Order: sequence, then structure tokens, then C-alpha cells
Amino acid sequence: MSSTYTSTRSNASTQQRLVIITLIAGLICVAIFSLSFGQVVLGSERLIAAIFDPAKDPVAAQIVSDIRLPRVITGLVAGAALGISGVLMQALFRNPMADAWSLGLLAGGQLGVSLIVTAAAFAGPAALACLASFQGVGLSTGAILGVAIFAALMAGLSRRVGNITLLVVGLMLGFTVQGLVSIVMHFANRVGGRVYSGWNDGTFASTEYGDLCLLVLPIFIGLIIAVASAKGLSAMLLGETYARSMGADVKRLRILTLAAVVLLVAPVTAYCGPVTFIGLIVPHFARAIARSSQILQLLPIAALCGALLAVSADAIVHLPWEQHFLHLNAILALVGAPVVIVLLLTNPSMRGRI
Amino acid sequence: MLKLNQVSVGYSGPRGVVLNKLDLSLNAGAFVCVVGRNGAGKSTLLRTLSGLQPKLSGQVTLEQSDIHEMAPQTRAQRFSVVTTERISSPGLTVRDVVQLGRQPYTNWRGKLAHSDQEGIEKAMARMGTGRFADLAFDGLSDGERQRVMISRALAQDADVMVMDEITAFLDLPGRVEVMSLLRNHAHNTGKIVLLSSHDLELSLELADQLWIVDDGKVSFGPTDEAVIQQAIRIAFDTSDVAYDPARRQFKLTQKRV
Repeated sequence: MSSTYTSTRSNASTQQRLVIITLIAGLICVAIFSLSFGQVVLGSERLIAAIFDPAKDPVAAQIVSDIRLPRVITGLVAGAALGISGVLMQALFRNPMADAWSLGLLAGGQLGVSLIVTAAAFAGPAALACLASFQGVGLSTGAILGVAIFAALMAGLSRRVGNITLLVVGLMLGFTVQGLVSIVMHFANRVGGRVYSGWNDGTFASTEYGDLCLLVLPIFIGLIIAVASAKGLSAMLLGETYARSMGADVKRLRILTLAAVVLLVAPVTAYCGPVTFIGLIVPHFARAIARSSQILQLLPIAALCGALLAVSADAIVHLPWEQHFLHLNAILALVGAPVVIVLLLTNPSMRGRI
Repeated sequence: MLKLNQVSVGYSGPRGVVLNKLDLSLNAGAFVCVVGRNGAGKSTLLRTLSGLQPKLSGQVTLEQSDIHEMAPQTRAQRFSVVTTERISSPGLTVRDVVQLGRQPYTNWRGKLAHSDQEGIEKAMARMGTGRFADLAFDGLSDGERQRVMISRALAQDADVMVMDEITAFLDLPGRVEVMSLLRNHAHNTGKIVLLSSHDLELSLELADQLWIVDDGKVSFGPTDEAVIQQAIRIAFDTSDVAYDPARRQFKLTQKRV
């Protein structure tokens, strides 16, 4: 009995290792593809030259290191952060459909950014120009405050209402904010409107090396908190009473996890816009791959899946199209929404809960 | 020894004090059944004495240390809990659930040592849940799930096991089996098992001591004591049914019309 147990487990872990290696390989392939394909198609030769011998091909070097590399790194980091945030939220709220978007956190970010843009529009063209160039911390502040406030609100509400109510409230918050934003943006001028809608479509392309540091640092702290909370969150899978009876400090766990979610989601939202669906569907892939819900096992897989999804979507956006007509969120919605529908329809345990 | 010293349990809101100034104590190896009508306060009492709910006043001690002052992880090594709450958690296998019971002993990553693994396998074997160890927890029947939750509590290896109406989902043979298994567990290992149940007849049969929760107080004693038999009558008798101490059964007092 005990020997069959170890053998099935070791089979599972070899399989898991294979999947992880495949994910990493896929990630590298897509990253290389993204670095060499775009409006200017670099072959492998020019790409290698651009990286290892920039003097030989300065144009290629500039394209790769100034434009494409920051974009790919941003995609990797943002995707990983969103994937992990999804795992945390679905565990904390015990809700397989929870993520930063479905529970309205991104709506908070949208509201914050729209208010900042409008305020800047009133302050004058100089302030707006500063925002438009994305150098200012203005949009980030708006997004971070918005996400944090809405996260606190939803956490408070989650103690009083059930899963379905919370989800509906989250989605309705999204619509409310949409309405508010369209009113608020009426008062911002056209430049402000463009700044907002450019941000709102979601993109990994607006970060420069200087921004990357501000993006990565909070995410890194969030990741540490996530790893530290993983054990307690695994216990939370059995509900609050059982988690407490097994030694989890639920109150502390709640606060830490929410802090981690805000640290992971807010910087991504600030720099890349409200990126949807990654946090919602990636945890499901991760659980299927890990064949487990134990949080610590899920975190690295969710990070890899999230990064792969983000970078792939970004690669499609930046294929050498005739016109720039694809947005990141459009692609993520086209992939993500059907996945959610299939999950809801085919997964019996999910049908019971949502 | 588990000791309740002048403990009042209840809520701060309008429900207020449910049970007032209880003095109770239990020795190691005791198998205690807690009985009472719906809403009498059995669950509130059990939640309070296992540290899941703050007490209103008094002190609950286990081997002289106040359980409400303990660090959560230490308390989890002393008390394990199973409730009647129906748990659903997609993605967890039965073994995953039982493994969670070892959390009070594992490091920050939750890494299981060899001794943890052994305890888990043993706990599953005790409850007969080993045969579906690798199945999804959510796919099991209510009764099977409850057995898994009890396995998890056994794996937690706590000094006091608090079981709140755990037999509600089990059929009669299952109830007898689970209750006598927990009784043997208490007697053989010196753990205290506190079990609340609506199954009064079975509780009378098996318990070393009965706690009867009624009207804001708890009467306690061995099941065959006259005082206890009297307390059962006071707690449970209605105009339609009466407890018959001689037969240890309830009977209808009104003839059917």
C-alpha cells in the first residue's frame, strides 16, 4: 500500500517536472520569437548580433534592447504576478472564479486612473503631458490606491455574503465604474481620453527600464508574502473554522494575502493597464498540471503559466500586422472567456459552487 | 486534564450569554458525549472550549495552560476539531485533506517528514479511508467525507478531539462504528474525546460521561447515575415524548389519534 503510494506520487512528480520543463521551454521560445518578430523582422542572425555584438548592427540592437526586451520582461513579470494573484484570491475567497478583475479590484484601478487623468486635465496641459508620457507616477498612484481600496471593500464584504453574491457585486462594480468613467472622462479633454483609453486597452509596451524596477520590486515583496502565506492558505481550502483549528491565524492570513494581492496586481495595473483573464484562468491550468490544490505547489506553476499566456498574447499583438488593431485585452478576452465558459460547463465541482 | 473554571460562553451581540459560569473537568482518556436540544448551546460550548471562539469570562485550561492564550499553532497541537459543516474543495484528494491535519507540526512550507506520512497513513487506515486516498474529496458521499475529516483529526494527534455532531451524515452502523472507534481511541491513547450528538441512546450506551446542555447550564456525570437520568428527562421530555430511564429509551406519551 505504502509502496504503491510512493510510486504513484513519484510518477506524478516526474510528469509534473516534464510539464514545468515544457512550460519553461515554451516561454523561452515565445520570448525569442517576440524579440525577433515585429514591425521589423529580425532573423536569428540579426537577433544574435543585436544581443552579443550591438556595435555590428546598431539598429537591430536598439530595437531589441530598447523596445522589445523591456516589453517581453514586463510581460513575463506581469503574467507571473497575475497568475499568482489569481491562485491567492481563489484560495482566500474559496471561489474558483475569483480574481482581480471578477472581484472588481481592476475596476478600482480604472476609477483611480480616470480620476487622476481628469484631475490632470483640469490642472492644465502640462500636467497632462506629463501623464501622457507615462513618466509621472500619477497613473500608478491612481491605480494602486484604487486597487487597494476596492480590495479592502471586497474583503470586508466577503465576510458577510456568499460566493455568488460577491462575484456579482464584483462584476457590477466593474459596470458601475465603466459608467462613472464615461462620465468623468467627459470632463477630461480629448488628450486625457486618449491617455485613459490607451492605458485601459492593456499593453506591456509602455514600460522602460526605469519603470521595470518600480514594477518588479512590489511584485517581489508580494511574492515573498505569497510564499509565506501558502501553508495557511492550503488550510483555508477547508474553510475558516478548520483552518483555525489546524493552527492558521486566519485574521493575519487574510490581511497578508490581501496585501500580497495588492502588491502583485496594483503595479501591473498601473504600468500595463487592467489586464484581464490571466488571474482568472491560470490557477485552473495550474491545478490541472499539479493535480493538487496545495498552494505552495501551485505558485511556481501559476507563475509560469501566467507568464507564458501573457507573453504569447503580447506576441500576437505585436505580429507585423498591416495596422495596429489588436489590443492585449482583446486577445486575452478571446482566449479567456471561452476557457471560463468551458470550465463552468464541464467541471462538475464548479457547477455546484458557482 | 481539561478544566473549565467559571466559564461563560456566548456572543457579544443580542444572543448574549448562552451558558453561564460552567465548572467542568475531564481527565485524560475520557470519552464524553455532549447532548442537548437544538439551540441549547452545544456547538457554542464546544467551539469555546476548543479555542475557536472567545469565551465571555472564566478560564479554559489544558494541563494548567490557558487555551485562549495559546499561539494558534500550539493550540492546534492540543485540539483537533471536526464539525458538521459540509466541506467542498475542488482539487483536493482525500490524502491532501488528511495531510492538512499535520500542519501544526510541519515547517513553514508544510513539508511532511517520514513520521508525518506514517501518521497520515495510519489515521486513514483507522477510519477505513485509505482505499479512496487518491480520489477527489469532492467526489465522495457525505458520510465518506465525514470519515475523511475524522481521519484528518486523528492525524492531527491532538490531546483533545472535539467532534460536533459528526455522525449526522452517517447511517446507523456507521455511527456505532465511528463512535466506538473514537471511544477506543480515547481509552487506548489517553486522549480526551468530546462528541456532541443528537443520538441520545447511542451516547448513553457508549459515553464514559454525559454532558447534558440545557437551560443555560450543563449537568454532567456517568451515564448510569440517577441525577443524569433525571437531567435527561428534564432536558428532553415534552408533552409528546417521555424518557424512560429503565429502558433508556424515549416513548410516545400520547396515543396516536
